[in-house]
Amino acid sequence: MEWEVVIGLETHAQLQTNTKIFSGASIKYGAEPNTQACEVSIALPGVLPVLNRQAVHCAIKFGLAINAEIAPRSVFARKNYFYPDLPKGYQISQFELPVVGKGAVTIQVPSVGKNAAYEKVVNITRAHLEEDAGKSVHGAVEGMSGIDLNRAGTPLLEIVTEPDMRSAAEAVAYAKQLHELVQWIGICDGNMQEGSFRCDVNVSVRPKGTEKLGTRREIKNLNSFKFMQQAIEYETRWQIETLEDGGTIHQATVLFNPDTGETRAMRSKEEANDYRYFPDPDLLPLVITEADKALVQAEMPELPSAMKARFETQYGLSGYDASALTTSRELADYFVATVEAGADAKQAANWVTGNVMAKVNSVNSEAYSISSSKVGSEHLAQLLKRIADGTVSNNAAKQVFEELWVQNTLTNVSVQLTGSTITSQLGAIDAIIEAKGLKQESDSGAIEAIVDEVLAANAAMVEEFKAGKEKAFNALVGQAMKASKGKANPAQVNDILKKKLTS
Amino acid sequence: MINNSLKQLGDMLQAKTISSVELTQSFLARISQYNPSINAYISLDESKTLAQAKAADARIAAGNAAPLTGIPIAQKDIFCAKDWRTTCGSKMLANFISPYDAHIISQFDAVGAVNLGKTNMDEFAMGSSNETSYFGGVKNPWSYDRVPGGSSGGSAAAVAARLCAAATGTDTGGSIRQPASLCGLTGLKPTYGVVSRFGMIAFASSLDQAGPMAKSAEDCALMMNVMAGFDERDSTSLNRAKEDYTKDLNKPLAGLKVGLPKEFFAEGLDASVGKVIETAIEEYKKLGAEIVEISLPNTGLSIPVYYVLAPAEASSNLSRYDGVRYGHRAAEYTDLMDMYCKSRAEGFGAEVKRRILIGTYVLSAGYYDAYYLKAQQIRRLIAQDFVEAFNKCDVIMGPAAPSTAFKAGEKVDDPVAMYLQDIYTISTNLAGLPGMSVPAGFAQSDDGKSLPVGLQIIGNYFDEARMLNVAHQYQQVTDWHVQTPNLDKSEGKA
Repeated sequence: MEWEVVIGLETHAQLQTNTKIFSGASIKYGAEPNTQACEVSIALPGVLPVLNRQAVHCAIKFGLAINAEIAPRSVFARKNYFYPDLPKGYQISQFELPVVGKGAVTIQVPSVGKNAAYEKVVNITRAHLEEDAGKSVHGAVEGMSGIDLNRAGTPLLEIVTEPDMRSAAEAVAYAKQLHELVQWIGICDGNMQEGSFRCDVNVSVRPKGTEKLGTRREIKNLNSFKFMQQAIEYETRWQIETLEDGGTIHQATVLFNPDTGETRAMRSKEEANDYRYFPDPDLLPLVITEADKALVQAEMPELPSAMKARFETQYGLSGYDASALTTSRELADYFVATVEAGADAKQAANWVTGNVMAKVNSVNSEAYSISSSKVGSEHLAQLLKRIADGTVSNNAAKQVFEELWVQNTLTNVSVQLTGSTITSQLGAIDAIIEAKGLKQESDSGAIEAIVDEVLAANAAMVEEFKAGKEKAFNALVGQAMKASKGKANPAQVNDILKKKLTS
Repeated sequence: MINNSLKQLGDMLQAKTISSVELTQSFLARISQYNPSINAYISLDESKTLAQAKAADARIAAGNAAPLTGIPIAQKDIFCAKDWRTTCGSKMLANFISPYDAHIISQFDAVGAVNLGKTNMDEFAMGSSNETSYFGGVKNPWSYDRVPGGSSGGSAAAVAARLCAAATGTDTGGSIRQPASLCGLTGLKPTYGVVSRFGMIAFASSLDQAGPMAKSAEDCALMMNVMAGFDERDSTSLNRAKEDYTKDLNKPLAGLKVGLPKEFFAEGLDASVGKVIETAIEEYKKLGAEIVEISLPNTGLSIPVYYVLAPAEASSNLSRYDGVRYGHRAAEYTDLMDMYCKSRAEGFGAEVKRRILIGTYVLSAGYYDAYYLKAQQIRRLIAQDFVEAFNKCDVIMGPAAPSTAFKAGEKVDDPVAMYLQDIYTISTNLAGLPGMSVPAGFAQSDDGKSLPVGLQIIGNYFDEARMLNVAHQYQQVTDWHVQTPNLDKSEGKA
């Protein structure tokens, strides 16, 4: 039987506010335990929550960015359960009436193997504001558990999707896209190591072609895309094998162990808490007016979708290139800076999405950020200009790029990715071309001489061409390029060869 | 001196005929004489109290005194006060020293009032007799064999016995008005949102409201001037212009429309109490009031609705007392769950546990709609009753409690009988309206004791100044509020 995996995500994005969601305590990461725990964070008797306006601002911004309904009135509810790092014995969250309603995110699923890249819309069910819990610290004191409440009350936006994804690749593409979006609009720093962006993934399988959803298991707290991919793949295989062996799937919460690459149930949902949600009487309903939305809208940066459309019209890029370039704000800025530094837009798009990103990914596939590029936009533009003016071929330019990367890495140059502060180093490119002897031969006299030699040495091929075998022409071009040690301008070789063979 | 009004005391202090230290010492002396038998205070701290009195004297000497500067006030032990033990009447918090001040505590500090001590109360304000306090019951100064009412029983007894110049209370279902009625003093529960709840230990957040308990309406008005006002630390605090609650005290009452809800004079009301209230109404007629009969048809539902909503909120509010960060923790336990269970089993008393269980039940999956949601719907109907009533009258009057003070132990085993003590007060909490209890006379008990009766005045939203006016005018023509118990005989009127 052929199986289909069904995946939905719940993502907790920590909001970039100055203070906690219901108190004035700092949310800075990494402070000494309990030094950022005010009366409200500790839940002393008598304290009360006061909603952080900035957190609401972030939620509205996200809602606008995914074109979602923003509730004119939403309600904070208490989720009641006992846990040592939950100081009040309840978490303030939103339940029945979340601040952000239905919306959608368009994702780019990269090509894998024979499968081509494609675009897909993932529907967002809701996004709601809530507070984070503290942390239990084990082992700091012998035989005891410690509680650090610095994180308690940190503002989170929980973003929930419909079960729309059908592969680990789609889930990861969505997570990456969301990760980029929240940073793009400036509501989350996206730092996964510090837990600013964490995903819970709901996975179920069903026979392909059937409608009914299988029983899902929830993989909790994935804080890396690599682990997410591995966890979903393992979980999917496990569920399919379990069903094929005649077993049944029980709803459960599972954890992924990066050391073994396996998922394991931490608790079954049957024993789960009854959270006894009810509206928090300490907080008034959150009212958002059209004017509030307009205020946030005015601060909204150009969104990836708008920028993509603009790249297509302004630079004549393909939809695919325009999408690829707008997957991150930094990448888009890098591309624009390259163009503004004088590079041809299409060529810049090809290079940025091709050679540059391939290199960046090969160095650090996890961070996958243009910020790890060792070649800045000015350098790249300069290099592309050398292709355009015929100084080097595209292939030779790749070698220059590699060399520049190595040099900048060795000298530990702090590359300014965009901007013109490194103009003085632009000479480095010409120096590399010179040193490596990569300068393209564009002197027509010299090329003519090479072509003549090739024609004389390959009389058989010339005959074949004249007999109508077009392929022979390409072989002759190849011979000529080889003879020039790759330096001849290929366009000129083509022209001259054609002229000589047809005259 | 102990019987002087806050205004008189303030004048004496500022004229320097007496110092705050002297005044405070005289109250402390009375406390050490009578508190051992009355048990109105849970915590006293003479050195802190006298230090405040000294500071008040310096402030008076410097010529920047406020009306309450130097006046000793008792604070219900539900308000967190920095460096004071703040127990909320519970074993759970018997060892809790607050590191911060409640809003109203800092308001009293700011005007230079003196904190005499923390008064006894029902555990977490759950009770109508002060008998659920971990620190023991409080005796009614009018008759030591009787309860002072609750939950603000310690504050009520302290004012009645003149163990303070005035006190603070809180009222979730009648906890200011019922003890004020049973102890013969004037108590006001303001409109929900008028006094900040910040630092006031939560029982039922949507109902809790702090207010003054004092000898007269005028004293309550002066207390309100300190307690009321916007506080950004409480999201339910109302951002209104600062009000002078004494401004309308002397307005004549001619033409005042007084609504009498027929449901407040029906079965369940002690005949002797009913008589006192009728006499008080007659007095108001003489003052020019016009009497209108009104109806609050959903009054009978207020107790069941309250005993769904208040426990629901309480069950969640009290979850923080888990033995992890502060408060009582069991001495021995095997694991986390055992620590939770033992700490809470030992730390909470029976009534608190009963309400946590009720609240947990009504919020549980499958019961939420039938109990919590239904109760919220009826709560709106109850509020609507008042909206309609206030179309016909300016204030509503009736009894504050169905009976006079009952004997200690009489109702402890019958929670429903105890809950019925709040039948006339609970609906105003559910509607968020202000309510008062004003001494209106005495009723004879079966065993021949003369016990105080309170007249309840319910006003429209933010009508506290008018209610205080209505009470003050009555107190100009009656002397019920200046009667004092004989503490040495402790069996009735002096």
